[in-house]
Amino acid sequence: MDFVSQLTLFVLAIFLGVELITKVPPTLHTPLMSGTNAISGIILVGALLAAGRAGDSLLVSVLGFIAVALAAINVVGGFMVTNRMLAMFKRK
Amino acid sequence: MQIAQHWIDIAYLAAAVLFVLGIKGLAKPKTAVRGNQMAALGMGAAVVVTLLHHSILSYQILIAGLLVGGVIGAVIALKVQMTSMPQLIALLNGFGGGASVAVASAEYFLGISGAVGVISTGVAVLIGTLTLTGSLVAFAKLQELISGQSIGFPGMKFLNLILLLGALAAIGYLVVEPGNDLLFWGIVGAAALLGLTLVLPIGGADMPVVIALLNSYSGLAVSAAGFVMDNNALIITGSLVGASGLILTQIMCKAMNRSLANVLFGSMAEGGTEIDAD
Repeated sequence: MDFVSQLTLFVLAIFLGVELITKVPPTLHTPLMSGTNAISGIILVGALLAAGRAGDSLLVSVLGFIAVALAAINVVGGFMVTNRMLAMFKRK
Repeated sequence: MQIAQHWIDIAYLAAAVLFVLGIKGLAKPKTAVRGNQMAALGMGAAVVVTLLHHSILSYQILIAGLLVGGVIGAVIALKVQMTSMPQLIALLNGFGGGASVAVASAEYFLGISGAVGVISTGVAVLIGTLTLTGSLVAFAKLQELISGQSIGFPGMKFLNLILLLGALAAIGYLVVEPGNDLLFWGIVGAAALLGLTLVLPIGGADMPVVIALLNSYSGLAVSAAGFVMDNNALIITGSLVGASGLILTQIMCKAMNRSLANVLFGSMAEGGTEIDAD
């Protein structure tokens, strides 16, 4: 896709993100932060694509492995810990 | 197995919709659990279709990385004390920033072309690296590995400005001279230092706000990586997190009766009067 179309997506998604959350009760500040942090783990998609075409390059293979592992920690840890936090609120 | 690019893009669109609904759900007590599940479902869909992408040549590294990262992430999430949540989020966010840098670096060494590619790579490396080191400082402060007090020295803001301008200049010069690895490592070094000097002066009580801000930054780093890799899922999701993270930062500041400028620069002034002169 050309640069201008990508820029269009970027700008519109920024506006959507701004409108998305308006009033958040204070008890949900930390879980929301944790949840959006897990979502930013979408870099895992980029990590998989980069690592998958490393080919013979050792440097790129190492960087790719680091990227996939760190992103996977972010995604799995992020969603699980958000779930744990929310489960704790429910019991109260 | 491989599938056509348009099916992958449609799955990315579905994932983006699930992320939007997920963030919306997480902001309300009644729908928070469902929101988190929807976002996780979107992530699962995005990861599975990516594994079917035609550009992936071998799976060894991917499977090893997913296993190692998945197990570590699960263990951390299950073992951590509930009282240590803020520092855990900081740590996970730092890992996310580190992943963005590693992805952008891998792309750089695979070969990038054009001004847009070089600038996006530079921006992804800059924001990702400062998110990584800044989040690690936030983690260390909250875990009491280092003092939670404001740590700083006169002229720190000036140093920050120099580091930022230096990194931006290096990105600009990299456009002119795309193969110059020294410039690339210069950006990494300046950004790493900038992450430290931005977060060290901030007091422990303000740390949750800073973590929210760093979370917003890591979203922007993901978006920049999306421009490098020509990937809509990264561009859309990264900017969503970047923008909603910034709004959450503002909401958290308001709840603490502080302004964002106050959190970022206020604690410095308490340290000593000579810093005020800056």
